[in-house]
Amino acid sequence: MTQQETGPRTGSGTPTGKGHARPAARRRSAYPYALYLPAAVVFVVIFLVPTAMAFYFALTRWTLFDSEFVGLQNFRDFLAEQNLRIGFQNTIIYAVVTSGLKVVLGLLLGVLLTSRLKVRGFLRSVVFFPTLVSTVAVGITFAMLLKPQTGLVNQALALVGIDGRDWLGDAATALLSVALVDVWKGVGLATVIYIAGIMSIPTEYYQAVAVDGGGAWHRFRHVTLPLSWPATYSVIILSFIGGLRSFDLIWTMTRGGPGFTSDTIASIIYKQYQAGFFGLSTAGNVILFLVVTAIAVPLNYYLGKRQVAA
Amino acid sequence: MRAVRRLGAEAVALVLATVIFLVPFALMLLTAVKDQTQAVDLDFAWPTSWPVVENFLAVIEARDYILLRAYVNSTIITVASVTLLVIFGAMAAFVLQRRPGKVARLADFLVLSGLIIPPAVVPTIWLLQALGLFKTLPGMILAEVAFHLSFAMLLFRAFIAAIPRELDEAAQIDGCSGFRLFFRVIFPLLRPVTITVILVSSVNIFNDFVNPLYLLPGDENATVQVTLYNFQSQYNTQWNLLFMDIVLITIPPLILFVFFNRKIVAGMTAGAIKG
Repeated sequence: MTQQETGPRTGSGTPTGKGHARPAARRRSAYPYALYLPAAVVFVVIFLVPTAMAFYFALTRWTLFDSEFVGLQNFRDFLAEQNLRIGFQNTIIYAVVTSGLKVVLGLLLGVLLTSRLKVRGFLRSVVFFPTLVSTVAVGITFAMLLKPQTGLVNQALALVGIDGRDWLGDAATALLSVALVDVWKGVGLATVIYIAGIMSIPTEYYQAVAVDGGGAWHRFRHVTLPLSWPATYSVIILSFIGGLRSFDLIWTMTRGGPGFTSDTIASIIYKQYQAGFFGLSTAGNVILFLVVTAIAVPLNYYLGKRQVAA
Repeated sequence: MRAVRRLGAEAVALVLATVIFLVPFALMLLTAVKDQTQAVDLDFAWPTSWPVVENFLAVIEARDYILLRAYVNSTIITVASVTLLVIFGAMAAFVLQRRPGKVARLADFLVLSGLIIPPAVVPTIWLLQALGLFKTLPGMILAEVAFHLSFAMLLFRAFIAAIPRELDEAAQIDGCSGFRLFFRVIFPLLRPVTITVILVSSVNIFNDFVNPLYLLPGDENATVQVTLYNFQSQYNTQWNLLFMDIVLITIPPLILFVFFNRKIVAGMTAGAIKG
């Protein structure tokens, strides 16, 4: 089916691009499905097969070499244990906080960096660069900055008379501190997405506002904000899915601690894997899969619909 | 008056951005060149001595030159997987864009699922073990290809859509179709987007921490990110060495950023918007 067309096809070419009425048969020949093959093999074997197998292994007690079917026991364990349930909650909080802040700050920075600032080229680079730095490096550096006594953050707060706390060692602030560092690292990408979105708004709209005598707030509220909706959509989808899956930063900064208070589904998956509970770990993966699809698919649908409307 | 206000706003923006985004980097650099006793303070005091070379050598020599081996491994993984990504991704994106139909719809769906679905890590280990590829560089390389393929295909497909079909037809008249059409005619035209894919995916793969953590355990297969993670506990008193390590690992992306700033930003933006 794929190999029928390897020989030269000298006879069948029509002179220059003609209509689309009949070339289907000929076009099929020029683009053999075999071109899919290398990508398809790697993707199916390394990605799809494990994803599908996860649904089976999640139902077993599993040692990599043999597995014993235990039904939904792993899921029951996952949801019954307080420590595991908290991960579920944290994952959602983390995703909401990071994507919300990235939208707000990304939009503000995007507006700022498309205005006629002289230094905007420099600022864009400065804001974007953390995106390229390894998450582990960022996590370690901020863990140092947030240290209770010697950390720079608390020293700075002390200067203005605020008593800083042990941000990462306190159950109340650990997860949010990590989420803020995530925003620091990721807001650059949100900003450049907004910059691209804002730059694509036709200047006629701004001229119209100027003719009507509208000020800066008017320009923002009635032109920039509604017309950069596609950018908002991308930033939300991207950072929400990223937030649900995030592991690196949490693992380097708190390792889920103190206790289990800043664990996310992804960090629990790793902990169960380390402890040798492969079935339980895989059940976590299936749960993460379900959470991501249950949120990403409707979100995509809903936001996509608004995008058409806007 | 307005000029003054603008100047003021610029100054405020500049100072804020510098403090928020550059202070952590300044701290990294400054601590990396201090001696051990001064590094403990983690502050912005000017270094009293400059043991740059000593720190550098200490980090390199640590644990029997593990950082050098990690650099070699990470380079092999990045170069090999990016090469495969570009070739496989461009080929598949070409058929996907040119040949609509049921297969293309399926491929579209798979590309999308590749972007959202978190990889099932333990089953991946199980599979690589069955193939004899667990804890090997080829296994790691194939996994990176599989995980980054969707992104590469999105960028390639968008670019190929802008290449007129007339070109394919002209090439077909000259007897060029299928693989030859792709490699002789289309692939050379993809140069700009190929460079973008190379830049963005090499940064992502070089910085990857989770996948090597799962799929490449053990010292002999160390990658730079996992090594850095392990240094965190080893150097919990020698912060000058820890930060020297961070600086060494941050240099490759920094160099790429300095030379290809626009390309990287464009690539990441395009990938995000189409995703």
